[in-house]
Amino acid sequence: MAYQRARLLIAAALSAVALASTACSGGAGDDQNIALRMTVWTTDKNQLALFDSIAAEYRKAHPEVASVKFDVVPGDTSAYSAALTTQLSGGNPPDLAWILERDAPDFVQSGALTDLKPTLDKTAGYNAGELVPSATKLWTKDSGLYAYPFSTSPFGMFYNKNLLTQAGVTETPDQLLASGRWTWDAAKQIATQVAARDTGKAGLVVREFEYKQWVLLASVWRGFGADAWGPDGKTCGFATPEMTSAMTFLHQAIFTDKALPGPGTTADFFAGESGLTIAQISRAGLLKAKPFEWGIVPLPAGPKANAQVIGQAGIGVPVKGKHAKAAADFLAFFTDPANSAKLGQYFPPARDSLLNAATLAKANPLFSQEQLQNVVVNGIKTGAVLPSHTGSARIASLVQSALDPMWKPDANVPAALAGVCQAIDPALSQ
Amino acid sequence: MTLTARRRDALAGWIFITPQLLGFLAFVVAPLAAVVWYSFQDVNLLAGTSVFAGADNYAKLFDDPTAPKVARATAIFCVGLVVLNLALALSLALLLNLKLRGTTVFRTVFFSPVVVTLVAWTIVWNFLLQDNGGINALLQTIGVDGPNWLRGNGTAMLSVIVVQVLKNVGLNMVLFLAALQGIPASIMEASQLDGAGPWRRFRSVILPMISPTTLLTAIITVAGALQVFAQIQVLTLGGPADSTNVLVFYFYQQAFANHDLGYGSALAVVLFLVILVLTLLQWRMRKRWVFHES
Repeated sequence: MAYQRARLLIAAALSAVALASTACSGGAGDDQNIALRMTVWTTDKNQLALFDSIAAEYRKAHPEVASVKFDVVPGDTSAYSAALTTQLSGGNPPDLAWILERDAPDFVQSGALTDLKPTLDKTAGYNAGELVPSATKLWTKDSGLYAYPFSTSPFGMFYNKNLLTQAGVTETPDQLLASGRWTWDAAKQIATQVAARDTGKAGLVVREFEYKQWVLLASVWRGFGADAWGPDGKTCGFATPEMTSAMTFLHQAIFTDKALPGPGTTADFFAGESGLTIAQISRAGLLKAKPFEWGIVPLPAGPKANAQVIGQAGIGVPVKGKHAKAAADFLAFFTDPANSAKLGQYFPPARDSLLNAATLAKANPLFSQEQLQNVVVNGIKTGAVLPSHTGSARIASLVQSALDPMWKPDANVPAALAGVCQAIDPALSQ
Repeated sequence: MTLTARRRDALAGWIFITPQLLGFLAFVVAPLAAVVWYSFQDVNLLAGTSVFAGADNYAKLFDDPTAPKVARATAIFCVGLVVLNLALALSLALLLNLKLRGTTVFRTVFFSPVVVTLVAWTIVWNFLLQDNGGINALLQTIGVDGPNWLRGNGTAMLSVIVVQVLKNVGLNMVLFLAALQGIPASIMEASQLDGAGPWRRFRSVILPMISPTTLLTAIITVAGALQVFAQIQVLTLGGPADSTNVLVFYFYQQAFANHDLGYGSALAVVLFLVILVLTLLQWRMRKRWVFHES
């Protein structure tokens, strides 16, 4: 009896193991019925529809790919990065991942991504040689390309013509630009004027900064010749005289001139709540319904430089993904010259042949050729990507909390900036 | 092969507790063991590597300049929340225990936040607490210029505590109410006949009689306070200047934002030990002040 029972138990255990192993092996390494998944940091329906249409076209020629899912991860940049990392480490890696510029050094250095160069080089008609070096720099390691810089989106200054007129602004940013007087002081002057009219509208909003995403302030401080850290990434740039002058300018603009809304005050330019905003060109889709008359100009010139700033996103293929080869093939199609041109209406391309106002204008009915030339083409060719560093999330939270004392009317700006360097120096030198 | 009655009972007992036991092992013991294991590893989430690091992650705790700020924020939050929550819950329970018209309505009103989703509740408060939000607009109508609640050094912590207290006070209130209604009327009458006034009755009769409930609510509120996360994530992200950076939020940041799973896990183990010690302390000290236990 006991013997029989033992046999039964062993049989049950064996069948359970067999069942589990078949369940685990299902799907992995299959050449058919490939289901690709790409995590994306956008909730824009038009952008997702465009992705879907490109994927549908790809599947016609590739019957082995059963589906391509664009997996929307909502939330801000930190939430997106955290979700992506959790998926990668939790055994649920996406086949393709949209990667933000701040995470680029960590992803590229860690070896988590597949080198795309071999796939792109052998794809007929891909023409990888025309990718602009300033755009691929962040994603390159030892001549390998670890993510495709699919969106290279310059920051520009959008302005609401209606609000500016109501506030009695006589010269628009476009006119100031034309006469070579488009400076940070001029921008502050306009913003102060808009905010001073007692209509509850804000002057200038640095979109998504919200006194937390400090890295976006690079759009301001680069004009003053300042940056978060030196080119080698080891020396802190917050306590330099240039940074002090940039941050003092900003502090006065916020707390003395009220040109920018203070901490905790929300105002959305695209809902008509502010006169000016610094935002990436890819946000222009929000103005499709033309809620008001608007214009866009490059970032103003500062005392030291006429510096343009670029935000970037890459698409990479995680090494751990189940279908890395199929994913790289799909990426080569997704970003070939024809599809890059289509994507160009939301995500400015890093391809030299597409980087001219005439070509961009075809996909961007919202902008004039002059705007595309001034903001997009010049921006990408002359601009520098937002600051990034290995361990960027840690550095970001250290800077954020060290900068907090600065966002008060009576703050001691140089002391706060010295505190930032004190906080991040150990992390930078690692 | 027949089982004795005793054996049959034991088998039935095991069968009954097996599902619960398996769940406990899979979802409590196993993850806990994994966290302890991770806390001795240097994990690189992106590269998928994990190297034994000895006690490095625990040593890091003493070098981390943010750690004292986190300990301070956690202690302030915990003490503030427990004191405010228990005091308010007991006061509400005492008021609602009076036989007055409309008490049922008030009971429902105070309890309703307990059933609201935590994140939804916090997001609504996030709007209200903005500098140009509802609360300051309300204050403006009576001529008061309200502070920037979520950005001020002191007001940020106060806001987070109050939002959390309002969310959960209903639960403790109901527990206190049940305890108050469980006090035999004869004891209250006897104390009245002995000439005890309302304050004396409260201090010498009601408080001792409801002390088992006070112990229970204190234990669950302390444990809950130490585990606060969503409110911080939605309202302050630990700021300004780490003044609301409590331990759970900090280890989330370390593990999932900074990709330092080893250090994050070490912090989680420390939190586990703190909760364990506090709970044991409360349990050991119950004999001193809890009725029925001496």
